[in-house]
Amino acid sequence: MIESFKLKNVEFKNRVLVASGTFGYGDEVSDLVDIGKLGGIVTKSLSMKPRDGNPNPRITETASGMLNSIGLANIGVEKFISDKIPVLRKHNTIIIANIAASSIEEYCSVLEMLEPLSGVHGFEINVSCPNVKEGGLSFGTDVKLVGRITKELRRRTQKPLIIKLTPNVTHISEFARVCESEGADAVSVINTLIGMSVNINARKPKIATTTGGLSGPAIKPIALAKVYETRNAVKIPVIGIGGICSWEDAVEFFIVGASMVQIGTANFVNPSTGITVAEGIKQYCQKNDIDDVGKIIGTLQTNKTISIIDSWL
Amino acid sequence: MRQEIVPIHSFECLTNEILELTFTSDYLASVAKPGQFINIRVDNNFPLLRRPFSIFNIDGNKISIVFNVIGTGTRVLAKKRKGDTIDILGPCGNDFLTFANGEYDTAIFVGGGIGVAPFPFLTKHFPSDKKITTYLGARHKELIVTKGLKNVNISTDDGSDGFHGTVLDLVKDDFKKHDYGKTRFFICGPTRMMKAVAEFANNRNSDCYASLETDMACGIGLCQGCNIETNGGTKKYALVCKEGTIFETRTVKLQ
Ligand SMILES: Cc1cc2nc3c(=O)[nH]c(=O)nc-3n(C[C@H](O)[C@H](O)[C@H](O)COP(=O)(O)OP(=O)(O)OC[C@H]3O[C@@H](n4cnc5c(N)ncnc54)[C@H](O)[C@@H]3O)c2cc1C
Ligand SMILES: Cc1cc2nc3c(=O)[nH]c(=O)nc-3n(C[C@H](O)[C@H](O)[C@H](O)COP(=O)(O)O)c2cc1C
Ligand code: FES
Repeated sequence: MIESFKLKNVEFKNRVLVASGTFGYGDEVSDLVDIGKLGGIVTKSLSMKPRDGNPNPRITETASGMLNSIGLANIGVEKFISDKIPVLRKHNTIIIANIAASSIEEYCSVLEMLEPLSGVHGFEINVSCPNVKEGGLSFGTDVKLVGRITKELRRRTQKPLIIKLTPNVTHISEFARVCESEGADAVSVINTLIGMSVNINARKPKIATTTGGLSGPAIKPIALAKVYETRNAVKIPVIGIGGICSWEDAVEFFIVGASMVQIGTANFVNPSTGITVAEGIKQYCQKNDIDDVGKIIGTLQTNKTISIIDSWL
Repeated sequence: MRQEIVPIHSFECLTNEILELTFTSDYLASVAKPGQFINIRVDNNFPLLRRPFSIFNIDGNKISIVFNVIGTGTRVLAKKRKGDTIDILGPCGNDFLTFANGEYDTAIFVGGGIGVAPFPFLTKHFPSDKKITTYLGARHKELIVTKGLKNVNISTDDGSDGFHGTVLDLVKDDFKKHDYGKTRFFICGPTRMMKAVAEFANNRNSDCYASLETDMACGIGLCQGCNIETNGGTKKYALVCKEGTIFETRTVKLQ
């Protein structure tokens, strides 16, 4: 039974990773989770300088999900290199460094610092960050900027380069296409959706930044549709993210076209979700005489040829 | 820290509004310390996130928590019965005993509402060379639990039990009548109450250790959702679930 997956020159032992910002740097839960059984860890978003993040309250629970506005609080790339990489290396799993930045130059500098390190196997680029130089709008909602970021980073790395796309756009497939044409090795779909929740007694937003990112089971149907749309637009692998809590959820993502999946919010509830999902996928394949998980990918049976972009609801 | 599925041993009403749920876990009973909390998945699907609960007491391998029904999680929990199981993660956070030794005579425990929860377990294991005086404040008498506590003074907002007024007014009143020598405060309850009590304590040069409460998505340092602003120091924020829940009140901004 083949569980592994190869992206560029990196082999993941299985197709289940833990998502950025939902697993720390792996060290918080190393006594709770057998990290070596995960396909890989995507780190919290790293920026050049440490970031304090947003004021509290930063999170609130919503129906089958949660809103967060952590504000990319992180220890900064230098401390990551000195304090975290030595610990992460011990885990015998693939480490993908997720990078966040407020300018294209910053994305490049952070990546250049990490590129020579053997403890970092690849990069995932979080483009859902405000472009401080040009008005503060998110890079991720501007196709040209996403293209430029991809192009600049591609020139600077030999390692797998994954662009993590935001769903807060009209056609996510346009973004995936530009990533593909500028040389990205894969796209991650999706980051959180913009959402809001109100305390009706105080008539105040429940999180300090008013709006935040929605995640958890509530977003799974949206994530599936976005993965499906993306998969139909590009040939590079799509990494499915959004509300995955069980192996059944993961298999849904594979069927609509995800080559790998990431577990986010579910880690907060069960830190070992990634492992139970990976084991469940294996058993599903064995039970159905599937000798390679890859054979499920993109096998959705539809009798309609209408694209989801054109179809009426 | 472990994640375990544990059987419920018993369920008891301590008052008309406060329930005590007891479950068994050899592991937790052997490692948990007063002031630590456990994170409970009250049901498999709904609500999604775990709910943190202070450890109220440990007796042999029996561990209990207390709660009152306020929302979705506690409503589901209140329907559990003996023999059902719950999914727990813990122990989480730091503990009160770390801060119990030092140069003072009397430990002052102040619990507001369900904030009484950590004190019985703390009382049981507190260094025996210290005196303990306890103050409980609540909206009304059905929210007052004195089980396992020592030298208890009670206040209620509506006067249905003990002193009629806030717990801070009770403390101030009692401090006029008694000389407790050098004191150290250990407090838990609504933030507004803790802020007021901490001010009183710090003003009389007493250290004050408060167990803070914030919304938590994970309770184990993964999400960074439980931040509190610090008063200077190297970092702007601390994580309540991991660096706390117990902080000396001069080091954080209670708001
Ligand atoms: C470290 C820690 C220890 C805790 N220990 C205990 C404990 O020992 N016993 C206990 O009963 N609870 C304790 N809590 C609170 C507990 O985790 C839950 O938040 C609380 O029981 C409500 O959960 P719920 O799902 O029923 O309410 P939810 O559905 O989450 O909330 C319903 C409504 O009540 C409000 N609300 C939530 N919590 C509170 C609160 N504490 N006071 C006032 N309003 C609130 C919410 O804003 C919401 O509007 C602790 C919390 C923390 C962080
Ligand atoms: C608390 C929290 C913090 C997150 N931090 C980051 C981050 O730093 N960088 C990033 O690219 N995505 C971040 N995400 C997004 C997740 O990686 C993931 O894309 C999203 O939550 C959807 O997956 P889920 O529904 O499984 O959680 C964060 C999500 C949450 C809930
Ligand atoms: S609750 Fe998640 S880090 Fe504290």
